[in-house]
Order: sequence, then structure tokens, then C-alpha cells
Amino acid sequence: MNELTELYQEIILDHNKRPRNYRAIDDATHSADGHNPLCGDELSVSLRLNGDQIEDISFQGEGCAISKASASLMTTLIKGKSLQAAKEESTVIKQMLTSSDESDVSMEELGDIIALSGVRRFPARIKCATLAWHTFEAALNGDEDTTTE
Amino acid sequence: MSTETTKASVSTISSSGFDVERIRRDFPILDLRIGDHPLVYLDNAATTQKPKVLIDSLSKFYSEQNANIHRGVYFLSEKATDAYEKSRARIANFINASDAREIIFLRGTTEAINLVAQSFGRRFFQKDDEVIISILEHHANIVPWQIICELTGSKLKVIPMDDRGELDLDAYEKMLNDRTRMVAITHISNAIGTVNPVKVMIEKAHQWDVPVLVDGAQSVPHFPIDVSTLDCDFFVFSGHKVFGPTGVGVLYGKEKWLREMPPYQGGGEMIRTVTMGKSTFKDIPDKFEAGTPDISGVIGLSVAIDYFESLDIEAIQAHESDLLKYGTEALEQVSGLKIMGNAPDKSNVLSFVLTDVHPHDIGTFLDSEGIAVRAGHHCAQPLMKRLGVSATARASLCFYNTREEIDKLTTNLLKIQKFFNG
Repeated sequence: MNELTELYQEIILDHNKRPRNYRAIDDATHSADGHNPLCGDELSVSLRLNGDQIEDISFQGEGCAISKASASLMTTLIKGKSLQAAKEESTVIKQMLTSSDESDVSMEELGDIIALSGVRRFPARIKCATLAWHTFEAALNGDEDTTTE
Repeated sequence: MSTETTKASVSTISSSGFDVERIRRDFPILDLRIGDHPLVYLDNAATTQKPKVLIDSLSKFYSEQNANIHRGVYFLSEKATDAYEKSRARIANFINASDAREIIFLRGTTEAINLVAQSFGRRFFQKDDEVIISILEHHANIVPWQIICELTGSKLKVIPMDDRGELDLDAYEKMLNDRTRMVAITHISNAIGTVNPVKVMIEKAHQWDVPVLVDGAQSVPHFPIDVSTLDCDFFVFSGHKVFGPTGVGVLYGKEKWLREMPPYQGGGEMIRTVTMGKSTFKDIPDKFEAGTPDISGVIGLSVAIDYFESLDIEAIQAHESDLLKYGTEALEQVSGLKIMGNAPDKSNVLSFVLTDVHPHDIGTFLDSEGIAVRAGHHCAQPLMKRLGVSATARASLCFYNTREEIDKLTTNLLKIQKFFNG
């Protein structure tokens, strides 16, 4: 059960049960749909950009505990950040989720989202964790659709 | 013998007298441990495990018999060719085809359906013609038809089902008309286990002179198949789902159709003569077997079929229906669990969802206890949509499974609920 409790930490279970910012944004400036063709899960991310600042960000959709918690944690992390800071954050998180070398990423700076790092021991589930971040980047890039392929 | 083993062997002899422990010894992988837990393999609809006789035969082929077939004039090549062609006759006998030339060896069910769709479709489909499939189909029996319909301007018609997962045969009858060129239907749903009344459906289609393809990927490991009695025009299945190796599958087609159908792929083995201007093709079955086939796989498949047919099929079926009934009742006791698909005629599949726990999380959790199930859309996204879910968890059964394994599944599902829902 050790690896399992490392994957499904309290923070993950909490965000899965009570996802934050799980709603639509009526006056969104950017949005995208993300698909995980492996499992058919779909996630949409919307955000409102005001000048250089991400004023609001939300997500909706169907997914497992990992993809839902990742999306929920992402919205809490990104909301209020500048575009540049949010993009950098996304790069670091994706690296954290996919890197096999734990020393690659400075853990302390990341906060709650570090709870997702347990996914690295479950190669089949990494895409569940990265889906929200791919979709967020697609929204910023103006792509309507993205996949984890 | 340890206490645990003794207990298992006593309790796994089913009411029909079927000795599961003895059968399990034929499958080396069933002794495997996943971490601290014995493997509980419940993903048989995806692929079945392999008996030792098959594993040994593959090793023997490559150690003692390997050569390319059909063109060699030396000893080994003749031996390999003989074994390969004997396998064709063996498979014809297994599904009661009247002629071994009606058996084409391919990579699997998917390639077999693609062959029929492309070859039959290019020959016979025209604009505004119709192809009938059902909502229960695997993507392998949807996408090839979509591709050929797009190419020829034909239309795809889909037989609906009721909430239990049973096809609407009245709707099917109304769909058949003089524009229908093909009915392609699964024998058993891989995702929810519905057994379709294919014999009746074939009769209805034949009243309109419409040929029928039966996707037998899920039925071959569980029922004796008789294509002559069914009178299907095409029957397709994969070797690896019937205890054989991956990479080999079978297309049965009635001779009258296969002769009229153009080749699917061109290349070596399938030609009579080749000039730069034009080529002529061999007769069936060679016409459809371009290139070097999966020789060891084809020979291995006949070994697997020999093994399967050496078992007492009635005892197997009794044991499998006992497992399905036992599993259904056990899972129904888990609160918040919903079994998807409860057609009156159902086989070997327990597909389910748990309130507030995604199937992928169920799959990962069960894996940590050594239990292999499938989680996802089971390559049947239209069916998932009809069921109102994006995915299910699926335990699919085989004769080497036991009631104890189902108990482990149930116990862990209760744990999962507690873990995720507190």
C-alpha cells in the first residue's frame, strides 16, 4: 500500500472529492478541451486574461482522481498569476510529473501540487496528471483541442 | 502442500466437478506473484493466458522447425509448410468450415474486419448503399466500415439496444432493405458481455440476400463455433484470445465471396505471375496472404486449439456460468456499485462503475493487490456514451478463474470505496 498511499495522498483525495474552481467562466477569454485517448477522459479548461494577468481559471469534465486533482490544484496555483509566471509554472510541473530523476526539480517551491509527484511511479497514470496542464497550455496557445498523445 | 493450497484445491472444485486447480497448472503465468500478491488475472476479454503446451511449441518451432514456407524445396521448408497448412485444416475443423481454403490467416480480428471492409466494400459497395452494425461494437467493427463508407459514399446504420444491453431486433429488421450490402455484428460484446442472437440475425439478413460478418473475438474462447450451422458469410477471431499467441488471427469467409473479392494487400506469396505491366493472383486462400505470415503463430494457434478442445467444454461452460452468476451476485452486494449490461443472455464479463470512484483509480488500486482488470472505454466509446459513462472497470472471466479470485475482487472493491469515499 505504500506506493498507493504515496499516489493517493490526502491532498489528492481531497481535491478529487471537492474539486476547486470546477465551474464555467462566462466571460472566458481562452479555453480548450483536452482528451486522453488512452482512457477517453475529457477535460475543459477556461480562463480570463486581463492584460498580463490570469484573473480567473476553471475546469470541468470527467476524469480519474489524479486528473481531477491535478486540474483542481492547477487552478489554485495559476489563479492570479502573470502569464509569464503561469507558463513557467506549467513547464516546471510537467517536468516534475514526467522526470524520472527526483533531483531534477526543486520540490520546496512547488507547494501542495508536489502531492502529485507520486504518479511518477505509475507510468500508466502520468498522462492523467499532465492532461490539465496540456489543456491549459493549449488554451493559452489558442488551440481548441489537445491530447496527451 | 501448504494449508493454503489445500484449502484452495478443495474449494475450487466447482459444483459441476470441474477441477480448476488442475487446469490452472497448465498455465505457468498463473503462479506469478505481483509484488506481495498472487496474480489474479481478470482481463481475459483483452487476452487469455497461454498453456504450457503452446509456450513449448513456440520454442520447439524456432529450435527445430524454423524455415520460410511455400517456396523452399528443402526439408525444413517443406516441414514448416506442411505444419502451416495442417493448421489451416485444423482451424477449419475447429469452427466447422466446409473447406480449409475458406480460412485466411491474418494478424487478428482487426485486420480480418479491415480486409473484408476494404476488399468486399471496394467490390460491392456503391453510393447510398448501407452497412448495418450495432451499438455494441468494438472500434474494430466500427472504424473499418466508416472508412470504406466514406470512400464509397455508403451509409452506416446502427442497431440500438435497450438499457440492459440487448439489441433491438425489431429496429434491426426495419433497417434491412434492398440497399443493405453488409451486416457486421459482434457475437459477444467485449465491454458488457451481451450475447447476440446471431443465428436469427443472419437468417433475417439472408432474407434480403445480405451477407453477415460475425465478430467472434469474444465468443470463440467460450462457445463451440459452427460456421456452417450459423451460415454466416464471414467469421473473424483472434488467436491470442483463445489461448494462442498474439499476432495471428483468422478470417473465415464463404468461398463464393472470397473468390469475388479483390486482394487486400499485394506482395509475395499471393501472386501467380508478376510483370511490370500487370500481375495475376493466386487462388484463395493465398490471394489474401501477402508476405511471410506469422508461421510460428499459425502453428501455435492449432496447438492452442488442440489444448482447448481437449478440455471438457460442457464442464467449462458450467464453471464459467457459475463464476458469472457468483460474481454478479457478489458485486451487487457492494453498495454504490452498478453493473453495466445485464442482458438475459450474457457471458463472462462483469463491467461496472462505482459511485465517485473513477475506473482508472479502481484499476490502479486493484493492481496494487495483484488483481488485473481493465479500466477505460474498452474500445467501445459509442457504447459507453449510450450507457452514460465515459469508462467502466471490467473483470472478464475464463475457466481458470476461481470463486476465491472473485472474492478478492469484491473485498478490494469494498476497500476502495472506503479509501476514496471515507
